[in-house]
Amino acid sequence: MRLLVSLLLCLCIPAALAAEANAPKLDIGKGGQCVKDTQWMRKNHMHMLKHQRNETVRKGVRVEAEALKACVECHASTSDNSVTAREDSFCVGCHRYAAVKIDCFECHASKRKAEVASKEVK
Amino acid sequence: MSDIDTQRRQFLKTSAGAAAIAIAPGMMLYQTAQGDTQAASSTVRWGMLVDTAQCKEGCNDCVNACNKENGLSGKTGTTDSQWIRKIEIKDVSSGRALSLPMMCQHCEHPPCVDVCPTQASFKRADGIVLVDRHLCIGCRYCMMACPYKARSFVHETLTDQNPDVPRGKGTVEACSLCVHRIDKGQIPACAEACQNKAILFGDLNDANSEIYKKVRSVASVQIRADLQLNPGVRYQGL
Repeated sequence: MRLLVSLLLCLCIPAALAAEANAPKLDIGKGGQCVKDTQWMRKNHMHMLKHQRNETVRKGVRVEAEALKACVECHASTSDNSVTAREDSFCVGCHRYAAVKIDCFECHASKRKAEVASKEVK
Repeated sequence: MSDIDTQRRQFLKTSAGAAAIAIAPGMMLYQTAQGDTQAASSTVRWGMLVDTAQCKEGCNDCVNACNKENGLSGKTGTTDSQWIRKIEIKDVSSGRALSLPMMCQHCEHPPCVDVCPTQASFKRADGIVLVDRHLCIGCRYCMMACPYKARSFVHETLTDQNPDVPRGKGTVEACSLCVHRIDKGQIPACAEACQNKAILFGDLNDANSEIYKKVRSVASVQIRADLQLNPGVRYQGL
């Protein structure tokens, strides 16, 4: 029994390490946690955003912390203010790894509000 | 009941109280961090009253403010989005000329909503007619149905949108009465920008609002009232 457990552990540890090594390295911007923990967000952010978008557009319920705008505000890179500009940008990095196309930013701004406003002034 | 038991109860009571105090400030912080979590109310009917006597010919302040607020290009070609336009009209027999802004009239019975095959075109509880771009397939039925030609189709890929106003290629859009500003308690950009205060914005159902009183005291008309769509935008002196 002990042998079996140790054998399983031996198999699992390298697998876990390998998964960590292959995982995308992201530029998380300012980062921080405002809605739920990282693991929950990784798994469920799309459902949360889809629920929130319907509540906001159709009913006018605006929960600031759950808005896409708020995600961008914290997670945009501190160097280029964007969540999509580079391969390791917050949204692009994971979506490329998971091979899932992001449609959000065809309409929504992928940059911080401050960045968009400064462009308008110029 | 033994002495130990009562002590235990007392301990539980006080610790529960301490926990409640510890949670309370956190909850307060959470609530202030939220935006307006209230849904749009059906007791409200947002509308506008345009005083054509105050609207000056050649003045484009409302149009420019709209373009800036919503990130429109400001071009007026056939494939460019225009959410608000200035119209110059003239009565041929008397020669009386007028200038007025035209935009989505936010009808109570909007034809654009009737014809939409995906329910993307909808009327919010507070009377604002919007396009849910998540559902819009770009068929443009609503553009054909609208008697005011208020809607535009986005033909080209867009970049650098205003974070408050998402817009994208392949969808129909129109005046949203600056819904993102209304939800923050502000008035639409065009009404704010008009120097002559020709655009009066407010709640048509609120007996204390300026627009409610003015609509009841001065003559105003709805454009194409014969269609019985009951638009939320009214014109004075037309």
